Parts: sequence; structure tokens; C-alpha cells
Amino acid sequence: MTVDPIHQFAIKDLVPIITIGHHHFAFTNSALFMFVIVILVSALLIGATVPRAMVPGRLQSVAEMSYEFVANTVRSSAGTEGMKFFPFVFTLFMFVLFANMIGLIPYSFTVTSQLIVTATLALLVFFIVVIYGFWRNGLGFLKLFVPKGVPIYILPAIVVIEVLSFLSRPISHSVRLFANMLAGHITLQVFAGFIIMLAGFGIAGWFGAALPLILVIMLTALEFLVAFLQAYVFAILTCIYLNDAIHPGH
Amino acid sequence: MSDGTRENGDRDKAHTKEAALSARLRRLGEGLGQAQERGAKPADDAGGDRAATASGYARGFRLSSELVAGVLVGAGLGWLIDRLLGISPWGLIVFLLLGFVAGVLNVMRSAGVVPGPTPGNGKSAGRKQ
Repeated sequence: MTVDPIHQFAIKDLVPIITIGHHHFAFTNSALFMFVIVILVSALLIGATVPRAMVPGRLQSVAEMSYEFVANTVRSSAGTEGMKFFPFVFTLFMFVLFANMIGLIPYSFTVTSQLIVTATLALLVFFIVVIYGFWRNGLGFLKLFVPKGVPIYILPAIVVIEVLSFLSRPISHSVRLFANMLAGHITLQVFAGFIIMLAGFGIAGWFGAALPLILVIMLTALEFLVAFLQAYVFAILTCIYLNDAIHPGH
Repeated sequence: MSDGTRENGDRDKAHTKEAALSARLRRLGEGLGQAQERGAKPADDAGGDRAATASGYARGFRLSSELVAGVLVGAGLGWLIDRLLGISPWGLIVFLLLGFVAGVLNVMRSAGVVPGPTPGNGKSAGRKQ
């Protein structure tokens, strides 16, 4: 008996396809989980802030802690001016965090293990940085590509390299989250598959199966760490990129 | 009469208590302001990066994706330039190499070896405000 480790990422249509022109639109399991994430985040934050207690209850302190955490991240990497982007960064952080965490529940679907989802989020950040950078600094935003103190004869090459480095940001930004979630879930599934295979060998197999079982338990703990860390990394990179739009080089 | 004096004494006591309380409040406010000022100063981005890559696993993933992203963008842009200008394969050759350089630059930046495109973030933030 073997387990297909890739099967968990399959996209299934839940509602019959609507065809408009040559494009097919369907309500998929991915879309369903995105809705679930949005509803859960909204429910947590609205439910937590309804009592408005001076001494916060459990739910309220979760909401306050998440606010403080993201606010400190934004302030430390994009400055106080970056706080105007706080709602954006907070939304991104909560969405990615909940997507990663819900993905760890057995039989659920990990939205962030789809490259198209993370690429959409990363491109959103990229275009916001470009548009806000030009809107705020005008052509001064292009100073970002001209580092200070570089000899004039190698400046053209440096500018091209800087532009390429800037353009590669959405790719590394999206691939990092996607690859972490994909690799983590495949690893979990492969080791869980070992348990089933070994347990099929009878008594000796059961003892053998204990080893991958311990490993799977440890990996699950690691995956929880990775799920949080990747959401944090996604948020902090967003802040660092926004910082470039707010304060381009001088 | 005796009631009056006692009331007076109470009021005095209340007054001094209130004064002490407001002084304490002021002190707390000042302390909070200082703490916020300290917190508001943006840390250098290398420090932020290092905090972001707390575990070695995440760090490895991060550095490799940076390098691959640079190479991919270089290759894609070179291919596009080739198609548009019809100078195949020179665009691909030149931009693939430049992409490698950009990828290495990305890796060194995210490792905190080389400062980012905005040197001295803290200073620039302070001046712009």
C-alpha cells in the first residue's frame, strides 16, 4: 500500500464549472479554504474586540498580541511612516498564518502550497511598492537602482544588476513561502506513508513503524514552527520592500 | 467643627495623593514616550533579516530561492530581449550572466554581508521625517 504524497495538493471543483468565453470558472477546494481563512480571521478579530475590556480576556489578548507583533515588525523595518501600510501587512500576515496553520490540520487543504496564490500575493506587494514609490517620490524612486559611491565606469552594469535584483523580488518572495509549505507537506506525507507500509509487515513491522511515527510527530512540530516563521518572513519582507518605496536610496 | 477639620485633613490627604498620582502618571508617560521613540527607530535591515531567518532550515531555503530568482529573471529578460530585438542568442547570454550576478547579490544581501540598496535606512528615515 503506497500513499501518493502529491495527491493532497490536487485542486477539485466543488461547484459545477461556469464557462465564460473560453475560460472555465469553478468554485474549488482552494477557494473554499480561502473563504474559511477570511471568515476565521474576521471572526477572531471581530469577536475579540467586541468586549473592549480594559483587562483583556483570552481572545482579546490574542488579537492584541497579534496587533502588537505586526505593528512592531512594521515599525522596526519600515519606520513609523510605514505604519500607513499596517492594515495591508496585517492582512497579509494573518491570511498567510491562518492558511499555513489550517493546512496542518489533517484532510485540509493548504492554500499557500499553490504557487499561484503566493505569486499573486507577492505581485500585489511588488506593484504596490512600484506604484507607491513612483507616486510618492516621482522619478526619485529610480535612485533605488543607483547605489551611492560607485565609480562612474561600472555604474551602467551595476544599475542593470540592481534592476534585475529588484525584478527577482516577487519570485523569491513567492517561491520561498510556496516551496516551504510544499516541501514540508510532502515530507510529512512521505514519512506517514512509511508507517502504513511498515505496519503492513506484521509484528516486526509495527516496531519498525514506530521510528517514522516518532519522526512524523517531530516533523509536525517543526511544521508548526515553519508555518509561523514563513508567515512572519512574508510579512517582514513586505515591510522591507515597502521601506524601499518610502525611502529610496539617496 | 471637629468634623470640618477632619474633612479638611481628608481633602488635604486626597490632594497630596492626587498630586503624587499625577506625578507618577507623568513619569510613566515620559517613560512610555521614550520607549516608543526607541522602538520607532527602524533597525538596520540586516538585523531584521537575521531575525527573520531564525532557523537554519528557513535560512537555507531563503538563500537558495534568492539565487534561483535572480537567475530566472535574468534568463527570462534575456529571452524576451532576444525575441523582441531578434539578436538571439546574445541577449540570453548577457542577461543570464547578469542574472547570476544579481542572484549572488541577492544572496549576499539577505545574508547581511552587503548592505541593501538603501544604505543607512535609519538615517534616511530620520531625515525624511
